[in-house]
This record gives sequence, C-alpha cells and structure tokens, in this order.
Amino acid sequence: MPEQTPILQVKNVSKSFGDLHVLKNISFDLYPGETLAVLGKSGTGKSVLLKVLVRLLIPDTGEVYFENKHIGGISEHELNELRKHIGFLFQSAALFDSMTIGENLNIILAKHTKMSLEERVARITESLTMVGLAEKIDEMPAQLSGGQKKRAGLARSIVLRPKLMLFDEPTTGLDPITAAQIADLIESLQQNLKIASIIVTHDLPTAFHVSDRMILLQEGAKVYDGPADLKEMEQTHLQDFVEAAKIGHGSIKSDDTVVK
Amino acid sequence: MNHGQHRSLHLLGKIGELSLFGSRFFVGVFHRPFEFREMIRQTFEVGVRSFGLVAVVSFVIGAVLTMQSRPTMIKFGAEAFVPAMVAVSVLRELSPVIISIIVAGRVASGIGAELGSMRVTEQIDAMEVAALNPFNYLVVTRIVACTLALPILTVYGDFIALGGSLVVQKVEADMSAFLFFNSVMSSINFADFLPGVLKTAIFGFIIGLVGCYEGYTSKGGTEGVGRSATDAAVLSSLLIIIADVLAVKGTVFFFEME
Repeated sequence: MPEQTPILQVKNVSKSFGDLHVLKNISFDLYPGETLAVLGKSGTGKSVLLKVLVRLLIPDTGEVYFENKHIGGISEHELNELRKHIGFLFQSAALFDSMTIGENLNIILAKHTKMSLEERVARITESLTMVGLAEKIDEMPAQLSGGQKKRAGLARSIVLRPKLMLFDEPTTGLDPITAAQIADLIESLQQNLKIASIIVTHDLPTAFHVSDRMILLQEGAKVYDGPADLKEMEQTHLQDFVEAAKIGHGSIKSDDTVVK
Repeated sequence: MNHGQHRSLHLLGKIGELSLFGSRFFVGVFHRPFEFREMIRQTFEVGVRSFGLVAVVSFVIGAVLTMQSRPTMIKFGAEAFVPAMVAVSVLRELSPVIISIIVAGRVASGIGAELGSMRVTEQIDAMEVAALNPFNYLVVTRIVACTLALPILTVYGDFIALGGSLVVQKVEADMSAFLFFNSVMSSINFADFLPGVLKTAIFGFIIGLVGCYEGYTSKGGTEGVGRSATDAAVLSSLLIIIADVLAVKGTVFFFEME
C-alpha cells in the first residue's frame, strides 16, 4: 500500500538485555487497515518488539513513529495521548483482577472520555457483545475461563476504538477450538472496526487466518517480510520453521493449504 | 568481594533505588490525576481492616506493661504512679512503634504481594499502555493511605492500651476508671502525645513506600512476588526502627522534653 501514509513506522530498532541481543536492526511499516503477523520461535524477541512499539521498553537504537510522531521523543503526557489510540492484548489478558469485567472497561472510558454514565454503559455493553461476553459484565476475572479472559481483554483493548491493535500471543495456552474462535474474533473485529493490527504469535494457522502480511524473526533479526503465502515462505530459507509448524499443528494440510 | 560486602552493596543500592522511588512519589502526589476515590478506598483497606489486629495488640501492650511494672513500682512505694508510667510509655514510644511494626507486617507485605502479582501478570504494563498512570493510581494512593491511616490507628491503639492497663489495675488494685484517668491526665501533656502520633505518619509513609517499591519493581514470577512480600515486611520494620531513633532525637530537640 505505498500510496498511503504508514500508521506505524519502525526504523532500525535494536534492543539488548545485557549480552543478549534480542532485536537486531528491525525495520518495517504498517499501513491503516493492514494486519501484520510477526512470527518466530519462543525467545526471538517478538513480545519485546511489541513492548518497544508502545514504549513499555526503550530501544537501544532506532525509532518508532506512530502517525509520523516519534514515540521516543515525546513527553509522558503526549505519550499517554498517543497510547489512547493503541489497543494492546497481553498474552495473559492482564485484566485488573480487583475489578469486575465491566469496571475493567469503565476505568479506561472514565479516564479518557467525557462520556456520561449511560454512554459508557452502552459502549461497554457494545464492546463486550462484540466478543460475546455481555452477560459477564458483573463477573470478576477469576470467574472466567482462559478463553473468556482473552476475549474480555480484547473487549477492554478496543473500548476506546483504537487505530492500531497489538496482539501478544492471542491464542497461546488455549485449546484449538477456543484458539480458532479467538482468531475468528480478531478477524471480525478487523473487518468491523478497520483497525491496523500486529499479531505476535508462533501459531502459524492463526497467523495465516488473520494476516495480510508476515514478518519472521530468527534470533532477533528479520528474515522474511512479505505476503502471508506459504509457498513463498517455503521458497525462502524458512523451510525449517514452516515444516515445524506443519508438524506441530494439524490445521495446515499436507498440500500446504491452510484450513481457515 | 566477599559475601558480606556483596550484601552491603546490595542494601546500599536498594536504599538508593528506594530514595529515587520516593522522589517519584513526591512528584506524582502533586500532579494529576488525583485518585481521591482510590485513596479513600486504600485508607479504608489499611486503616479499618487493621482495627482488630491493633486492638488486640494494644490491649496486650497496656495490660502486660501494667502487670510487669506493678510489682517493681510497689517495691519502691510508687504504686500510685503506675497509670502515669504506663501512659507515658505507651503514648511516647510503645504504641507508635509496636503498632507500626505490626501494621508493617500486615500492610507492607500485602501491598508488596498485591503489586508484585500485578507486575508479573502484566497488569501494571496494561495500565501503562491504557494511559492510566499506574504510578499515581497504585503507588501514590497507597503511600498516602498508609501515611494517613497510621496516626489514626495509633490514637485508637493508645486508648485501647490504656483500657488494657485499666482492666489490670481494676482487677489487681480495684482502681476506679475515674481515678485511673485522673492519674493519667495529670501526668501527661501534649508533648507526650503529639510527637508519638506525628512520627507514625513517617512510619506510615515508610510502610507504604517500601511495600509499593518492593511490589512495583518485583521480578522473577511467583517466587519474586513472595520475595517482594517478605522483603517489604522486613525492610519496612527495619527502617521504622531506624526512623524511630531519629524521631526520638528530633522530639527531644523540638519539644524540649525532660
């Protein structure tokens, strides 16, 4: 989508923890409405990359621009303004466990909008309905299953209707059926809300299911950036990863088609 | 570097980090958002939920101190001064320090565990990403709550401790409540009461600060949460005792105590 302005630009980002080089010179652009999957084995820096994008971690070198604004060069106040436009689904859902599901969403609306109580209740109900959890509004996070927590976390992350969604391992730890439901949900939210998304995962079927484009990280370096096309990926030096993913997941058939 | 030197360096490093964390609190407390509702909720959590524990401990302090000191006072023919001796000991020192250490055990470790578990389950990161200013919401509110609650708990504990002493005096010497409190009031003044209460605000600040610091900077999964809770209780108790020495010195200086 070269004619559009990227919503997110990542330029030469590197990050180390002591002697461990987690990210090595990563660059890419993300365009409005585009869905990018970031793939890689565990420990290749995928989650670190997501945290760098919202300045939860500060890169050693390189810059991140959100809507042409360098997030490393803005004040705390400006950063918070910018973060209102970014939704983040954590791997563990990270629901605030002293609050009900409704309160988890309400705290964000109450802080960042001038909505009346009725308007907030309507928005919360709408967001929870999108993820199929409207009836759980008064329940505590501890009362929900793993899949329900992810869905509630998703509802919280979209409650402000962000322009960019970041998903950190959205299907990890879930059974295949629930994982497929979450993937469907992400896809339907993208279609309904037209949000640009980055999905970090090592679950190849989910990545193929929801993404337009893929980046593969190996030992912190970007080794593939291209369309979500299994054939094309296999033609590069990604054979090992694709083969391993096929063995590990029954939903990629032997003829290399992906079951959606 | 031997083990002792390594431990000393670690402790010094921690005190340095704690000082930086404290300075961040003083910046946060004067900046929006002011989380008044959460502050009130936390004050309730720290204060009201400690009432039972403080009542039991204070009653025992008053009663035991009276039981221990009575025989000696009788030996010196000073039985009439038992209420005054108990009142001065309780108000100046015993009640503020013991209540603070007991509350440190309950509250600092509780805060350390709560914030530690929020840290390792990424709830604090989630607040950060949602622009909810977790430092003001979680840390500033808890430190203010502890600073406000400790003096209230101490005043409450002072009365209960005197009540404990009265019960012993009633049982052992058949002393009336009127005579007991008359003796107490005629022997104490404002300088016995006020510094003891004011220094507990400092102790409360220490409890909140250490509890929040340990929890907020927790690392290493569930094991780290346990360590944060333990370290919060131990370090805050230690700092309370050190701060008490300075507070007593300051009290003697400012109130010109004899």
